[in-house]
Amino acid sequence: MRTFGTIDLLAFATAFQYTILLVVLALIIGAPLALGFAMLRVSRFAPLRWLSAAFLQVIQGVPLLALLMFIYFALPTFLGIRLPPLLAVTAAFTLYTAVFLGEIWRGGIEAVKRTQWEAAACLGLGAWQQFRHVIAPQALKIALPASVGFLVQLIKGTSLAAIVGFIELTRAGQLSAAATLQPLLVYSIIAAIYFVVCFPLTQLSRRLEARLNGAR
Amino acid sequence: MLNFRPLWRYEDAFIEGILTTLELALIAGLAGLALGLVCALVLGRGNRAANLLIRSYIEIIRNTPPVLQIFIIFFVLPRIGLRFPPFEAAAVALTLYFGAFVTEIIRSGLDSIPKAQVEAGHCLGLAGWQVFAHVVLMPAMRNIYPSLTSQFILLLLGTSIASFISAEELFHTAAVVDSRTFRSFEVYALISGIYVLMVIAFRLLFFAIGRLAFRWPVAR
Repeated sequence: MRTFGTIDLLAFATAFQYTILLVVLALIIGAPLALGFAMLRVSRFAPLRWLSAAFLQVIQGVPLLALLMFIYFALPTFLGIRLPPLLAVTAAFTLYTAVFLGEIWRGGIEAVKRTQWEAAACLGLGAWQQFRHVIAPQALKIALPASVGFLVQLIKGTSLAAIVGFIELTRAGQLSAAATLQPLLVYSIIAAIYFVVCFPLTQLSRRLEARLNGAR
Repeated sequence: MLNFRPLWRYEDAFIEGILTTLELALIAGLAGLALGLVCALVLGRGNRAANLLIRSYIEIIRNTPPVLQIFIIFFVLPRIGLRFPPFEAAAVALTLYFGAFVTEIIRSGLDSIPKAQVEAGHCLGLAGWQVFAHVVLMPAMRNIYPSLTSQFILLLLGTSIASFISAEELFHTAAVVDSRTFRSFEVYALISGIYVLMVIAFRLLFFAIGRLAFRWPVAR
């Protein structure tokens, strides 16, 4: 046992960078996939819609924790390979982002009235151009508050990576609490760090939503 | 390659895990619903101090990871003399977690009822509590029913984090069986399937309840 000190705070600072790294990687890789997933969900080809809907049921019907364990332990064991922890954890959060964010964006796309597509088609725009220049800007505006809300959910969700021993903020807190035997102090500090990051985003999401509803 | 056979002898453990998970979700769901309803009603009263307290509670819960909330309740409360076993600690933490989200949902539901509707209720000669129950609460519930039920589904999946403090729910069972059989893939495939089925079952149940409970027609 040792007393809580600077060394713990430094460890938190390092671990916090990994939390941010996870979030950034999940967003950079997950966002394009989310767009693709949203497109599949509204595809004109019915089997694609059914497949993506079934996939959605599975991913949204399983705890994030199970998704992590599956990609980190179960899949590599089954295939007889070893995945580096960062890769496995990133893969899990990327999948999570692709599906949840994709579903939010699908909602945004479907909230844009059908007539907008038709009007764009009348202007002689191709299918992609209709989406890119007419639908997407409106859908983005509608889906923005929920997307920021999802970002908060993702940041909080990265804390679950602690279960596979990946040293992000929460895991660093567990280690520090075990070493110093001061869980109250340690967990309060860790919770405060998450709060400082998430609270402004939650407020932003609320403000965006209020502005969106006010505009209607 | 796939071999589910070693898992068979743990059938009882899995069933026990499923029941504990359901129990945890239902306890936290009902207690959180009650907590959220009370908080939402108090918020509407406009008492400054009470509002500040409830708003802080909501923001703290919403902006910190639930794992930390469970840790704090499990590891920290014993310091001030409240000693909860894992299941109880998880139930308390999940109740507080669910309650915060429910407060916001119910508040938005109550706010969605136009003032004129309440006045119309009074004009019909209904007593104060009747106006509240039939003219405000029930229509509000109808409006927020979808958000409330999907929040419950998230709670059901969220019970898995109780495994962090070794509450013996389904996810914890999976970890135990995995460590004894080394069939990680089969174990996690199995419990994933169970979670998906539970989610589908609850969605169907909520759909049926919604159909029965909210039958009166509304002008759209």
